[in-house]
Amino acid sequence: MTVPREFNLRAADLHEIIVHDRLHGGGESEERIASELARNSFSPDDAFAVKLALEEALTNALKHGNNDDANKKVIVRYLINHARAVIMVRDEGPGFSPNRIPDPTADENLERPCGRGIMLMHAYMTRIHFNKSGNEVWMLKEKRPRRSASFG
Amino acid sequence: MEQPWSHLKIKRTDEISVVAFADRKILEELAIQEIEEELHQVVDSEPGIKLLLNFQNVDHLSSAALGMLITLNKKIKETNGELKLSDINRQIFEVFKITRLNRVFDIHDTADQAIAQF
Repeated sequence: MTVPREFNLRAADLHEIIVHDRLHGGGESEERIASELARNSFSPDDAFAVKLALEEALTNALKHGNNDDANKKVIVRYLINHARAVIMVRDEGPGFSPNRIPDPTADENLERPCGRGIMLMHAYMTRIHFNKSGNEVWMLKEKRPRRSASFG
Repeated sequence: MEQPWSHLKIKRTDEISVVAFADRKILEELAIQEIEEELHQVVDSEPGIKLLLNFQNVDHLSSAALGMLITLNKKIKETNGELKLSDINRQIFEVFKITRLNRVFDIHDTADQAIAQF
């Protein structure tokens, strides 16, 4: 695991959860991250965005990466503070080319049942970075500044 | 008699089946598969069904759930039925807009408005 330079943090600062499936680590990672978002006063919209992106990344990792094999593991690492949320999700699969996924919003693809997860991750997060092989995704959400009630 | 559904609450209004969800989150694959099976049972029981899905209780929805809705919509159209959606909260409606699925589905603000349009 290499932290992408633009994420600007030390690997040692990240918390880690090992996920085998939804019941073993999946739910726990979602709960822990949700409570960190609340503790750091992320707005309901920003928290919604991060939870959605995490859900999509977990589904991709468990289903497409690890082929629903609970003997394999997905590593979730995260760091959430008052300014931003960083989440990394890594699976044991061979990876994929995120650029090769057809645009799900094109007219001809609108009624396809699959292929929207990555697009939603991009839409809802500030930055998404896949490693070269595509089995590790880094996601950043910068907290939107709240409107200040003070003057000047 | 108790309803056999674990994820759905179904009410009948005139010719229209109004379905609400028991779950606040429609996110992960296994739950979505179960919801899908129940919805398909409802649709199979009545060819040409007029089905309203009320999202009032729902506050999280994943792309897998969107896929399930697309498949359901196709199935209903095949039997000349009609599917409408209502009471989608602002955050989830944004997901429909970003994916442009607000163009695929017939979405109404309230259940009453949707029912009036069948």
